[in-house]
Amino acid sequence: MGKKLFISGNDAVAEGVRLAKPHVISAYPITPQTIAVERLSEMVEDGSLRAEYMHVESEHSALACAMGVSSVGARAFTATSSQGLLYMAECLPYASGARMPIVMMNANRALATPWNIYGDQMDSMFLINSGWIQVYVEDAQEALDMMIQAYKIAEHEEVMTPMMVNLDGFVLTHTYELVEIPEQNKVDEFLPPINMTKQKMDVDNPKSLCISAGNDFNMEFKIKQEMDMKNSVTVIEGVDKEFGDKFGRYYNGMLEEYRCEDAQVILITTGSVTGTSRIVVDALREEGKKVGLLKLRYLRPFPAEGISDTVKNAKVVGVIDKNISFGFEGTIFTNVNSALITLEKTPKTINFIGGLGGRDITKKNIDEMFESLLKEASGEKQERIQYMNVRCMG
Amino acid sequence: MNQKLNARTITNKELFYGHKACGGCGEALAVRLAMKVLGERTFASLPAGCMSAVSFIYPNMAFTSNAIITPFASTGAVAAGVAAGLKALGIEDTHSVGFAGDGGTADIGLQALSGAIDRNDDIIYFCNDNEAYMNTGIQKSGLTPYGTRTTTSPAGENLPGSITMKKNMFEIVAAHGIAYAATASIGYLEDFMKKVQKAKDIKGTSYIHVFAPCPTGWGHESNIAVSLAKQAVDCGLWYLAEYENGEFTLNKNPKEFSSVEDYLKVQGRFKHLEDRDIEIIKNHRDTKWKKMRRDWVR
Repeated sequence: MGKKLFISGNDAVAEGVRLAKPHVISAYPITPQTIAVERLSEMVEDGSLRAEYMHVESEHSALACAMGVSSVGARAFTATSSQGLLYMAECLPYASGARMPIVMMNANRALATPWNIYGDQMDSMFLINSGWIQVYVEDAQEALDMMIQAYKIAEHEEVMTPMMVNLDGFVLTHTYELVEIPEQNKVDEFLPPINMTKQKMDVDNPKSLCISAGNDFNMEFKIKQEMDMKNSVTVIEGVDKEFGDKFGRYYNGMLEEYRCEDAQVILITTGSVTGTSRIVVDALREEGKKVGLLKLRYLRPFPAEGISDTVKNAKVVGVIDKNISFGFEGTIFTNVNSALITLEKTPKTINFIGGLGGRDITKKNIDEMFESLLKEASGEKQERIQYMNVRCMG
Repeated sequence: MNQKLNARTITNKELFYGHKACGGCGEALAVRLAMKVLGERTFASLPAGCMSAVSFIYPNMAFTSNAIITPFASTGAVAAGVAAGLKALGIEDTHSVGFAGDGGTADIGLQALSGAIDRNDDIIYFCNDNEAYMNTGIQKSGLTPYGTRTTTSPAGENLPGSITMKKNMFEIVAAHGIAYAATASIGYLEDFMKKVQKAKDIKGTSYIHVFAPCPTGWGHESNIAVSLAKQAVDCGLWYLAEYENGEFTLNKNPKEFSSVEDYLKVQGRFKHLEDRDIEIIKNHRDTKWKKMRRDWVR
């Protein structure tokens, strides 16, 4: 058993990164990611992390620098949030197209304007098509564990795809929890040093990388990328199982269901709101209400099959989105509906949009969501898209 | 390598060939020669621009050593990452090198270059200056000189083409306190190769700004690229200098300048210039040289 520390989500990320031993960290500060990179710079200073810390002059360069590191087969880490993620946006498909196994922490935060430093998912949803694997964690322990898992997944020779580990800004990055720090020797056994056999620049086997391919070859590269991203599900699940066997914590791979078996209504969550929702599910179950919870861990690759399998017997499915695709609905809602359409009998679906700019999603709000889902299930028609906890509707 | 570098002693081995650059391309010549001096343990980072566009067309790769296309703004950052990765892996005796154009250096890539110099990353950065965005079709860049007709600085009744002078990249870079910086020209190839050799031996960031005519973008015959580059130095519109240990040195200080008119008139991009425009160009040249001759000649 590793030691337990009372630390924040940002600290947990730094601890996880230290254990994963990247060669180079290139990062630019942005709230609420800063404490993670501050800790990493301290670890480099005190020698407990033997890495280069590159003080890059922007997020764009943070990821570009990580690409340089990865291009020669070294392990790279970077971290960002919000405007920073969008500032480096151009480099995201660049890195994924070049099949560079970079790991990045993203502190989920609102996008300006209005200017706001608090948590929502507008930033990572903006980049959902960037070709990066996207995982969303629920607490500080999962954040630490996913730093270690992320390298193992990203660097798997059949995956070779960068990975974004998303933490809710402030709610996770700045909240303190008891976190178990795995032992280094066990992490080393689980995550051996990076060994890129192909796709790297090498003195003995020179390569041209990030090449151009016109209409004669471009599509083959992209379809190969898509196939590998889809097939990464097997690797993700295998790595999670192996991690659980080694460290005693299983996260159920792509998604985790909670009391869904006989559930009439199921609420789909991502990130920290899952913990709050679990408590509400337990309370409602006490009252005999058949409610369940489905936590999506990965949004890319998207666990379409897992979702439809889990909810196929439910009458109504709710989806919490801390984001809006303006002019339509929440992004996760769109994705979930697309997954459910494959079922012979599709459950009704309701979108709960909330938590924008860091607004709390309280137990009471989640209670209201379940109430609405249950009403719909009993035939009382509900609004398809509901904006939670907002004062200016209509 | 202590041997004097010249046409006789330079290696016959080609590390950059088979590319699809235009005939008479000055930039391709600069990259080819730089690679010969730097050798096969070189990792080249190239942003968007002619050199990346003509050298990485799958499945035909023009670099026989390692090379990578970087995001446009990121030459300095990717080259720095390559150097950091190689260092971390313990891969020694290598060179991480950036080859960017004038726009890729003085405009969109300036910030990342500044960051790399600030950190004194062990990279060599080449600015291949052909004075406009040639790859996209001859648009004005921050290094396009006064009076240049480009596709975004048209010459007409109201404007003489570009109305900005040309960013002083060499001194901008030097102001960082860089380990080594130099200007060069494909018109003076031995001087260029000597500077590449110097940069190769320096630990820390080096910057070489090489003036490289573009027949397609400048509108001149493709067989005069080298002599035109030489002429630019001889008439004072370009200069050969170094910055090392905090000191500037002017490498070539002609007693008399050759004719600016002769240099301008063979190029389509300057055909429209009137006497008063040429006066502006000459005055700007004279101000610059007065300062260089005062401060950089020892």
